Amino acid sequence: MSITATLFGQMITFGLLVWFTMNFVWPPLMQALEERKKKIADGLAAGEKGKHELELADKKAKSFLKEAKDQAADIVNLAQKRANDLADEKREAAKQEGERIKAAAEADIERAIQQAKEELRKQVAVLAISAAGQILRREVDINKHKEIINSLGNQLGQV
Amino acid sequence: MASAEHETGGATGYIVHHLTDLKIGEGFWTFNLDTLFFAGLLGFIFVLVFKKAAESATSGVPGPLQNFVEMIVEFVDTQVKDSFHGRSALIAPLALTIFCWVFLMNAMDLLPVDLLPGIASLFGIKYLRVVPSTDLNETFAMSISVFGLIIFYSIKVKGPIGFAKEMLLTPFGPWMIPFNLLLKLVEELAKPISLGLRLFGNMYAGELIFILIALLPWWVQPALSFPWAVFHILIITLQAFIFMVLTVVYLSLAHEDH
Repeated sequence: MSITATLFGQMITFGLLVWFTMNFVWPPLMQALEERKKKIADGLAAGEKGKHELELADKKAKSFLKEAKDQAADIVNLAQKRANDLADEKREAAKQEGERIKAAAEADIERAIQQAKEELRKQVAVLAISAAGQILRREVDINKHKEIINSLGNQLGQV
Repeated sequence: MASAEHETGGATGYIVHHLTDLKIGEGFWTFNLDTLFFAGLLGFIFVLVFKKAAESATSGVPGPLQNFVEMIVEFVDTQVKDSFHGRSALIAPLALTIFCWVFLMNAMDLLPVDLLPGIASLFGIKYLRVVPSTDLNETFAMSISVFGLIIFYSIKVKGPIGFAKEMLLTPFGPWMIPFNLLLKLVEELAKPISLGLRLFGNMYAGELIFILIALLPWWVQPALSFPWAVFHILIITLQAFIFMVLTVVYLSLAHEDH
């Protein structure tokens, strides 16, 4: 058991091994490890980003849904209001129509009454004149008393 | 013990046989072929497997091999990032190489002690030590290399003057320069020595226990070798881990400017 030249042989072997490892083994392995590390980090980041985006989309979808609901409610309200308005309008129109018909009917009645009155008056005047004529036949000369009869007729017409 | 002839058999012979390297050369210029071969082979396997994983590395869904390799790489990378705060293209791959290579060499310990030497003897190879990290040459080769890096980075980061100042003026100021230098030298030298000896001691002791267990009657062996092997799974990983972490810590200290 002594130190011999084997030592040098071993040192050379050792040196060669270290040199080889340093140049051909370590760098590619380290590179692969680094690349994988980066890949994993990228993947995790992408996952995180995807999650974030999902959250964002979720929020957006919710806001859209809310907006749509609001809009739907608005539309329903509007429709209801419109329906009410329409009903009101119809009612109003019907009322006006009724009133118009009523007014027309009243006017008709009024006219009929006037007509009847006129008729009556004329008949009364004729009656009165004929009555007066019969009473006064002998004494009254139509031509002489024409003025009186006319004024009488006019006075009757004013009643 | 390495030089003795031990064809004598018996317990001592068996142990010594298992702790003798297959070597060529004389004196200092001896090469432990088994250490060189197994360390090289295991290093080659490590590089091959990791290279294959690195080539087919994808940032998509990883296959089983890539998963396994990435687990180790991430583990080492975390350790390095925890203790080393500078920027360096070398430290992390160095730590990975140390961890995996030491682990594989230690793991040879879990093979039955007679398996590979037995097979080798069929081919006429007398001695074979299959665990490279039980060879001081192997552990010191690594720790001295690391020590060289420590010195290199100390000088590179602090500059030659800064490094000299640190060696001479800390911890007791300019009036104690020789004492400071002595203290610093011991401190620095203790790093590679403790690093190398710790690994060697642990693996050598572990291997020795396996050899001792192998000397017992066959019906006792499983009861002892199984728990020891299970325990050793922890030891081999732990030793590889300690070697790696200490290397990173030492290099991180070398990068720090006081």
